[in-house]
Amino acid sequence: MAKSQQQAYDEFIKGVWRENPVFVQVLGMCPMLAVTNSAINGIAMGLATFFVLVCSSFFVSLLKSFIPKQVRISCFIIIIATFVTVVDYTLLALVPKVHKELGAFIPLIVANCLILGRQEAFASKNTIPMAMLDAVGMASGFLLALVSLGGIREILGEGKLLGFSLFGPNFEPWVIMILPPGGFITLGLMLLFFNWVEERKKKLDAQLAAAEGGAD
Amino acid sequence: MGDLGWIFISALLINNFVLAYFLGLCPFLGVSGKLETSFRLGMATVFVMVITALCAWILNTYVLIYAPYLRLISFIVVIASVVQFIEMVIKKLSPALFRSLGIFLPLITTNCAILGLAIFATNKGYGLWEGLVYALGAGLGFTLAIVLMAGLREETELSEVPVLVKGIAFNLIISGILSMAFMGFAGLFSSS
Repeated sequence: MAKSQQQAYDEFIKGVWRENPVFVQVLGMCPMLAVTNSAINGIAMGLATFFVLVCSSFFVSLLKSFIPKQVRISCFIIIIATFVTVVDYTLLALVPKVHKELGAFIPLIVANCLILGRQEAFASKNTIPMAMLDAVGMASGFLLALVSLGGIREILGEGKLLGFSLFGPNFEPWVIMILPPGGFITLGLMLLFFNWVEERKKKLDAQLAAAEGGAD
Repeated sequence: MGDLGWIFISALLINNFVLAYFLGLCPFLGVSGKLETSFRLGMATVFVMVITALCAWILNTYVLIYAPYLRLISFIVVIASVVQFIEMVIKKLSPALFRSLGIFLPLITTNCAILGLAIFATNKGYGLWEGLVYALGAGLGFTLAIVLMAGLREETELSEVPVLVKGIAFNLIISGILSMAFMGFAGLFSSS
């Protein structure tokens, strides 16, 4: 029991950190960069992707024995497109303002390689609970990345976070950060930071191993 | 300059799909290692885009006025079949090209630039000719961006870059600078 719990926890946490879809696997970049000019857009996009990923993982996992192998990709895409349509119309009905802001990028969730990638690599090969855990983990990782990128760009580009002014009227905003080049550069620097953390951890581990080896 | 010319230039330079709309980033970052391959991928994308624009127009005019909620699903199915078709043709005609494009050919389906093209053209209410010109401009713009990127990457291959920056982070920062350069084109039409 404890072992299966441990495994379930692993499936969940790997998506959030160790195999973070954006920072480590570099998937789902298109919506990632296009809508993250503010934190609130990042949250909306992250939640929409969350819903689509979890629902389609559930259905793909449920139907995995019925889907012929040759046409599996098309089947996955149709399942995904169905849920994206649901999200598109739901957002239009409930929060038209956010829907307008995100524009054509809601339908483009279909083309997010992260979602299709998870169906192909995980959901179509695992049981429903595992697939759900994996989907929730990956989607949380994606949401985390969107929010942090959106937050950084909003703070630097407008001097605000979630619409609240942070620095007072004397702050000169870096408009470039909320424009397309800012997206590329911010994400590049964030990946750089992740690389640095990983590298440092590896070095520390190596040192620790060497020290232990010396003690023996 | 006529409307069609304006649409072409705008899709090619000002609203470049990769550098201003962030569409098609996966192949842009993934296949841009070699100039030759990226040019071929660009051409394949242009072809798929023009066909997609045609299909999207037919769907919009004859089918989707009765069932607008099927828009997304029908677009993606049509695009997927077109890509499948192209894949078979390329495999038959040029196995070397087929190998060099590798996994990214089927992934044109999940290339958001293609789907984005169909959706943007629909949202802007383009007719048949406008749609085709838009597709051509967007496709060539994608090719331009990916070829520029491949050229830059080949150049920087031999230069000394810190190990930490190497790889995707470096490419993203290059794209940021490229994108900044493309922002200059925004002034192209404002005065006229």
